[in-house]
Amino acid sequence: MSSYTSVTAEDLREMLETIGVDSLDALFQEIPSRLRLERELALDRGRSEQEVFEELRALAAANTSTDDEISFLGAGMYDHYVPALIDSIIERSEFLTPYTPYQPEISQGGLQAMFEYQTAICELTGLPVSNASVYEGPSAVAAAGYVAKLSGERGRFVVSHGVHRHSREALATLAHGWGIEVVQAPLSDGLTDLPALDNGVSAVIVQQPNFLGAVEDVEAIAEAAHEVGALAICACDPLPLVLLRSPGECGVDIAVGEGQTLGNRLDFGGPSFGFFAATEALMRRIPGRIAGETRDVDGKRGFVLTLQTREQHIRRERATSNICTAQALNALAGVIYLSWLGREGIVELVELMLQRTAYARDRLQAIDGVQLAHAQPVVREFPLLLDAPVDRVVGRCREQGVNPGYPLGRDYPEYPDGLLVAITERRTRADIDRLAQVLEAAVAAERRELAQASA
Amino acid sequence: MSVARPQSNIAAADDELTIFERSKPGRRAFEAPQLDVPERPLDELLPPVMRRREPPRLPEVSEPEIVRHFNRLSKRNFDLDTGFYPLGSCTMKHNPKLHERVAALPGHAKLHPLQDPSRAQGALELMWRLQEALGEIAGLPHVSLQPSAGSHGELAGVLLTRAFHEDRGEQRTKVLTPDTAHGTNPATVTMAGYEVVKVGTDAHGNVDLDDLRSKADDDVACLMLTNPSTLGLFETGIEEIERIVHGVGATLYYDGANLNAIMGICRPGDMGFDIVHFNLHKSFTQPHGGGGPGAGPIAVSDAIEPYLPRPQVVRREGTGNGTKPFYELDYERPKSIGRLRGFQGNYGVFVRSYAYIRSLGAAGLREVSEVAVLNANYLLARLRREGVLELLPAAHERLCMHEFVLSGSPMKRELQIRTLDLAKRLLDHGVHPPTVYFPLIVDEALLIEPTETETKETLDRFASILAEILREAREDPEVARNAPYSTPVRRLDEAGAARRPVVRQAL
Amino acid sequence: MAEASYPDDVLYHAEHDWARVEGDSATFGITWYAQDALGELVFFQPPEVGASVTKDQSYAEIESVKAVSDVIAPMSGEIVSVNEALSDRPEIVNEDPYGEGWLIRVKLSDPAEAESLMSASDYQATLS
Repeated sequence: MSSYTSVTAEDLREMLETIGVDSLDALFQEIPSRLRLERELALDRGRSEQEVFEELRALAAANTSTDDEISFLGAGMYDHYVPALIDSIIERSEFLTPYTPYQPEISQGGLQAMFEYQTAICELTGLPVSNASVYEGPSAVAAAGYVAKLSGERGRFVVSHGVHRHSREALATLAHGWGIEVVQAPLSDGLTDLPALDNGVSAVIVQQPNFLGAVEDVEAIAEAAHEVGALAICACDPLPLVLLRSPGECGVDIAVGEGQTLGNRLDFGGPSFGFFAATEALMRRIPGRIAGETRDVDGKRGFVLTLQTREQHIRRERATSNICTAQALNALAGVIYLSWLGREGIVELVELMLQRTAYARDRLQAIDGVQLAHAQPVVREFPLLLDAPVDRVVGRCREQGVNPGYPLGRDYPEYPDGLLVAITERRTRADIDRLAQVLEAAVAAERRELAQASA
Repeated sequence: MSVARPQSNIAAADDELTIFERSKPGRRAFEAPQLDVPERPLDELLPPVMRRREPPRLPEVSEPEIVRHFNRLSKRNFDLDTGFYPLGSCTMKHNPKLHERVAALPGHAKLHPLQDPSRAQGALELMWRLQEALGEIAGLPHVSLQPSAGSHGELAGVLLTRAFHEDRGEQRTKVLTPDTAHGTNPATVTMAGYEVVKVGTDAHGNVDLDDLRSKADDDVACLMLTNPSTLGLFETGIEEIERIVHGVGATLYYDGANLNAIMGICRPGDMGFDIVHFNLHKSFTQPHGGGGPGAGPIAVSDAIEPYLPRPQVVRREGTGNGTKPFYELDYERPKSIGRLRGFQGNYGVFVRSYAYIRSLGAAGLREVSEVAVLNANYLLARLRREGVLELLPAAHERLCMHEFVLSGSPMKRELQIRTLDLAKRLLDHGVHPPTVYFPLIVDEALLIEPTETETKETLDRFASILAEILREAREDPEVARNAPYSTPVRRLDEAGAARRPVVRQAL
Repeated sequence: MAEASYPDDVLYHAEHDWARVEGDSATFGITWYAQDALGELVFFQPPEVGASVTKDQSYAEIESVKAVSDVIAPMSGEIVSVNEALSDRPEIVNEDPYGEGWLIRVKLSDPAEAESLMSASDYQATLS
């Protein structure tokens, strides 16, 4: 057992004497005796480092990671290759262990990294203002909703059915307390079918590419929102933004999204980071920390947390959000990753994914019993419809060491046997061919069984 | 004769550049894998009208440049592994190195969140066991690991409170918070759609019970409290507070930021709290990362359990004939407030916190709190011995718990330096300053939390440094007023940064 | 910043705002004490011309690096002009809180409200 403390018997004696009490217990005398715990906590005794390591290793071994199977799972988090230099940088004590930079003179490393991250996010989104990160994608959508709520009179939110279910749900959880009605815009042939808007709408929220992988006409949606005085909010997957017209170009007011795909681990869903970018007009109303450039008394350039009156610790009940701890280390991994990819490299990466996705789509739809759910342009993910029970097909594929994708039916009941397939640069042609082979066999086997059962 | 620093100091010049400024067209680090599928025309795959004209202007740099850039940046950061960090309310305790090793195991780090539960049993079991342990520490049996940070946990708590009242057909509109509350509390209340009502603090540093009684009515949904308070003092009236709040049918919420003082000693559930949040990046050693990630799990009573976020990690017992228990995500929660975020929460943080709890066990956690409280009281006593408290008196003459607040008011009057100046001068001594100007009710506040992982020698040294700074200020207050001198940058123009914000590089 | 000053040609509101009444119009601002407590001001978003303000109620917010504060109307009326110069240089309020640092001018709806305001000496007495 280690509690990482260093108090020896001698230390204890001296310290108690200096304080002027007889015993350690005397320090807790203000706690009513009725509340004092009379027993040890009902937890196992502490173990040695070695024993704890073995236990954590055994737990890890009971998980099937992306090292253990060829995975085409996406739906919000993606199996990318994370370069070695990211770990070597973010595990440095100077980045890993400090607190939020409240004393800027000794936090220039972290603050400058935030400034660089913000610049990179502005480049990706085409918007002029970015904060230093929020928790992750879905709660970023909810936070954008909060900005819309603070910005206007109480109106309705129109949210596309193509927005990730987790984002829609996180927004609904918060919106319940704002008295804001959230209505859904349906999908038609894989794309958002925006209903006629009126000036009772205060925000329109869409995802790019949408959950079914399709590239939306964000510009038209933003225009429709602005015509009725509503804010246009776009939840985006950051890598496809490299090839697609940026949210800023399309007239979007707030662009948010999940940052895991940028140099962060899967980690069973977190921690990652969310990015949050906006127009100049919204700068003083967006949540989270923001690093700003300034000068010190000697005229040297430096960085500070700025616009802090937006934050919880100053504005308190008038804050634009309550965010305190964010995801600084994960955002740092993000900016390192973007620097590593570089201006040309990132285009090559996404074009590679685009080509492989097109190849996968062609190969898979050619399988008997498999068709595309839609034929819209996609970048790195697309849905299939199977003529067989998807859970059973997935089970068969997994026995062959291939995880073919995410069953859509639980989130999109209109596609009961839908399967969402994601491609990253880790999925080679050989992997895709293997998927096609395994999927074909699985679908055929299931169809045979169904035929036999009904015979 | 002193040797002048050469003008052409490579290091100094290098320090000034951002990664964008180091960029040079043609440089690169990444090599894309070979295209191994037939290449189709881009226009066919993505019609030009959908496409971006110019790619994002990301930096063009090589790997050695990236490594050197971020390494050099890191050296302009003070950090906990390197020095004393008595930042009150933040619990800057040692981050055990084992935790990084276990978090990096591929079975944890490379696990997709949508992996089938049957193939993520290790993760789900870890989460379930962590829930059980946190529930035991809090004294409340039902735990959700979903919230991403303390303030996210607070938001969950307020939303749970609303669901609790609505389920009883009530629409209450107010939430009470003490005037010593952390800024996230009132911000959270407003974000959740309630009105904030402040409750005063009495002369002994406790919640003013008369003020509480006058404000607690059946329009109050909840009282949010920390115990010990942000003043580092145990709320001795907690039993009466519980009676008052439950007497009007409101919920009692525990902000777990100060849990480090009481683990294994007493439990919020036993004090009558209905909802507790934990800051895993405080008491449970998740590294702060320069501002996150963290996690803010919550523990609740039976009455609040139905409203917990969805999904919950549950354990289904094996079916009698020796089959193992099965862990899964339970979505069937009809009264749940819903989701707060995507997927299951910050699992990487859970791995580290779980490793910590397994390392310490019951006795270890109690020792943590005992030593945290010992260290704080010892430091306070040392400061008294050094004469520091004459100019920076403790805000209240009581035993403190794991942290204590001093007021720099007398120092300001007599030496003409403020708490801010003291903090800046501490930077020159290689120590991170304590929290300044919080809690708001103490003038020129200095909130000091040494934590249990510091040695007695470090505490002694810190006390003598403070004494030295005060002596120096008596001779010449200008020194502290213009500090720091030895840091990578000196005092920065924060007003300028806020007036005309420059929040990205002009490219 | 200027030394503490509480000129006699304005009337004072308990929430640290002043009014200079001229017939049926008035100019409003914040007192030396207010700007000193807030610190260096960084942002002021003036309300719209034509909007109405109500005595004792907030009509805008003013921000410093460390705090944001409501600005309270000492009297009621309709806004006829706002100090545009503060958008670029809010620090003018710190430098000259009663002169160049004025916030808004209003056409008063009830000049008699001035009776409830304090003189410079009465206001200063509340500060100690």
